[in-house]
Amino acid sequence: MDVYAIIAIVFALVSMFFMLLGVFGLFRFPDVYTRLHAATKCTTFGSIFVMLIVVLVGIRGLVEGGNDGSYITMIVHTLLVLVALLITNPTGSHAIARAARRTGLKPDPAVVDEFEEVD
Amino acid sequence: MSFGIMEVLLICLALMSIGLILTLLRLFLGPTAPDRVVALDTMNTIVVCLMVGLGAYYLEVVLIDIAIVYALLSFVSTLFIARYMERTKEKEVE
Repeated sequence: MDVYAIIAIVFALVSMFFMLLGVFGLFRFPDVYTRLHAATKCTTFGSIFVMLIVVLVGIRGLVEGGNDGSYITMIVHTLLVLVALLITNPTGSHAIARAARRTGLKPDPAVVDEFEEVD
Repeated sequence: MSFGIMEVLLICLALMSIGLILTLLRLFLGPTAPDRVVALDTMNTIVVCLMVGLGAYYLEVVLIDIAIVYALLSFVSTLFIARYMERTKEKEVE
C-alpha cells in the first residue's frame, strides 16, 4: 500500500460520506426545498473529491513514467469537468427552486409566506 | 491482490452506483414535478462522476471528454425543464 492509496482512501471517505448523505437526504427530507438543499450541495462537494482521486491517478501515472501525454490529457480534462460541474450545478438548482416557487409549492410547515406581497 | 489506488476508485464507483439506484427510486416516487427534477439533476451529477471514474479506471480519456459534454447538456436540459414548469403555470393563471 503506497502513499497514493492512503491519500486516495482519505479522499474516498470524504467524497462517499457526502455523496451518500446527499442521496439519503433526498429520501428523508419532507419537501422539495430541503431535498434540493441536501441533494445539490452534498453531491457537488462529493464530486470534487472524486475528481481529485482521478487527478491523483493521473499524477501517479506521470510519476511512474507514462510519458505518452495521455495522463496530462486526463488531468486537464478532469479539471475541465470539475469547473463545468461547479458552474452549472448551483445555477441549475437555483432555476429548479425558482420554478418550484413559481408553481406555488410551499415549504412543508409553512405558516407565513413573505414572498406573497412581492409577486 | 494489492490494495492500490485503482481498487479505492472501484469501491467509490460501486457506492456511487448504489446511490444512483436510490436516486432513481426517488425519481419514480416523487410526489410533485419539482421533486422529480431534483432527482434527475442529482442523477446527472452522479453519472458525470461515474463517467470520469470509469475513464480513469480503464485509462480511456474519451469517456472524460464525453463527461464534459454530458454535464453541459444536462445543465441545458435542467434549465429547460424549469423554464417549462414556470411557463405552464403562467398559462394556467391567465
